[in-house]
Amino acid sequence: MTRNPQTFRVATFASLAWLWASFLVIAPLFYVIAISFLKRGTYGGIEPVLTLENYTRLADPYLSGTILMTLGRSVWLAFLSTVLCILVGFPLALFLVFKAGRARNALFFLLIIPFWTNFLIRTYAWVVILSDNGWLNSVLESFGLGPEFLHWLFTPKAVLIGMFYNYLPYMAMSLYVSVEKLDVHLLEAAADLGAGPLKRFFKVTLPLSIPGLIAGSIMVFIPALGEFVIPDILGGGTSLFVGNLLAQEFLTVRNWPFGAALSVILILMIGLCLYLFEKVTKGKGEDLIA
Amino acid sequence: MLEVTGVTKYFSGKTAVSNIDLKVADGEFLSILGPSGCGKTTLLRLIAGLEHPNSGKLHLNGHDITHLSAHKRNVHTVFQRYALFPHMTVFDNIAFGLRCKKMDEIEIKKKVCDGLELANLKGQGHRAISTLSGGEQQRVALIRALVNTPSLLLLDEPLGALDLKLRLQLQHELVAIQKRVKTTFVFVTHDQQEALNMSDRVAVMNNSVIEQLGTPNEIYEFPKTYFVASFVGGINRLDGKLRVDDAGRCICDVESLGSFFMEAGESRTNGVQGGLCIRPEKLTIFSRRPSSDNVLEGVIKAQSYLGTHTQFEICLKNGKILNVFQQNTQKLAKKAYHVADKIFLAWQTNQSHFFADSSLS
Repeated sequence: MTRNPQTFRVATFASLAWLWASFLVIAPLFYVIAISFLKRGTYGGIEPVLTLENYTRLADPYLSGTILMTLGRSVWLAFLSTVLCILVGFPLALFLVFKAGRARNALFFLLIIPFWTNFLIRTYAWVVILSDNGWLNSVLESFGLGPEFLHWLFTPKAVLIGMFYNYLPYMAMSLYVSVEKLDVHLLEAAADLGAGPLKRFFKVTLPLSIPGLIAGSIMVFIPALGEFVIPDILGGGTSLFVGNLLAQEFLTVRNWPFGAALSVILILMIGLCLYLFEKVTKGKGEDLIA
Repeated sequence: MLEVTGVTKYFSGKTAVSNIDLKVADGEFLSILGPSGCGKTTLLRLIAGLEHPNSGKLHLNGHDITHLSAHKRNVHTVFQRYALFPHMTVFDNIAFGLRCKKMDEIEIKKKVCDGLELANLKGQGHRAISTLSGGEQQRVALIRALVNTPSLLLLDEPLGALDLKLRLQLQHELVAIQKRVKTTFVFVTHDQQEALNMSDRVAVMNNSVIEQLGTPNEIYEFPKTYFVASFVGGINRLDGKLRVDDAGRCICDVESLGSFFMEAGESRTNGVQGGLCIRPEKLTIFSRRPSSDNVLEGVIKAQSYLGTHTQFEICLKNGKILNVFQQNTQKLAKKAYHVADKIFLAWQTNQSHFFADSSLS
């Protein structure tokens, strides 16, 4: 290696990043994989005995049926959250970039402000809003819709609202970055060539925002898939999601090896999702880079 | 035919375009020439429908298009940086406008292929935009607009980003294409050579208004304002005062240099301060005092031989420096002038221009 100060600096920073990744990502991951092949201790610990029992247990049709149901429910919810975030996040990003003008920075700031409050408190706030005698129902009642009009708290609807609320900023921000880079002249050229507003969006804005859309979807879908706090608080534990299942195995049942095995399965499934996602969008992504 | 009547546009209090009147005939190649910030691009965007005027009217072939959105006008633009869609191939870029019109795909294919041929890009429709050179991008942008057979094609400094050689080549190509398709072209540029070279008529813009509209020859030989004279081609200027003598001839008195005859123009009033302007190539150098009406005495300060002509810097008695171009001939080569030679400059009365100070900018 040359003693070039530039190379040296790059190497230093790269090694820091690697150190970070190895201690906080790779090591825990291997730990999880490792204990998924070990035996459960009598009082909840781990016994250093190699076994495939944690995986063979999944072959039990009743258990795997429950897990698959839970997983399906989680994927569906994560998918709905992602779609909802796109549907609201895209117009929001477009508004921030093209219409907000001088207020742009202030509005962007407003998008970030909720992060100053603790995640749990923000989520509990929705309990206050959504509960049967909460704010939302009082407002609806004052419009003459009768008492306790909506029974949304402790249902999947409330979980979806909570997910959407918590993950929207990630989607909006990554779309914002993409839309901001969009050359306005391309939209003008499209208008000049006879494309109306809708056509301009679908033929120019949307295809050129795909990198942001992908990044945003990944940032929403994956955490949403493993989320267990929001279903716990807003779902009231009425419907089980993968995150809850894992949390239960680790914290309540205290069967760490089995929880680890479930985690490994989940990681593999997410990996598969990402791989398929990449496959599907690959052609488009290359066009954008080329 | 495009008719622009009394169009004014301002952006947050600043006037970009002020009370513009302009008529462009069918099949004409009109250039809008001016320095950056003069409002020429705004005028173009107003015609394209990308901006809407604060007052005034726009008519295209007799229809009022003042409030029509850009995508509903049969006017297409070649943008300054081309604005080609990076996520589409050359073919899809060119087909964009036709697809917006929901034209039959077979017909689109035929039109795009014809367009590619016109642009010397035959069989290259599959290429990605990023693989095109600057000149190719320029041609794709031109064809993308032309393939829609617009009533009017707008070009916003389309050659600005190219190197000189390519620019000259594309200037010729553009004129050739225009002659072939017979579409009306409105061409915005800050390059006077480009404007003079390509256009049927030139509109010279400055400070949001059109200062002069005429053929390239009219603009160059008979500039109406000092701005036009100085922006299009080189100009020498001597400050002086206008005097009309008993015989009705116009004379410009220049302090410490003498008096010079001028063409009698309209509204020439006695005592007006202004500038006597002569183009460098209209001055002739003599080694002995010629018997001409208008003679200046000076010393050669510098000269440079440029092949077709020699450029001289002549220092006058009052210290003012004049530029003079002399056509090089074999005869001239024999009686070469040298730096520090004392010489005389003469010009014909009708080749000088006088601009009263109020019109100076």
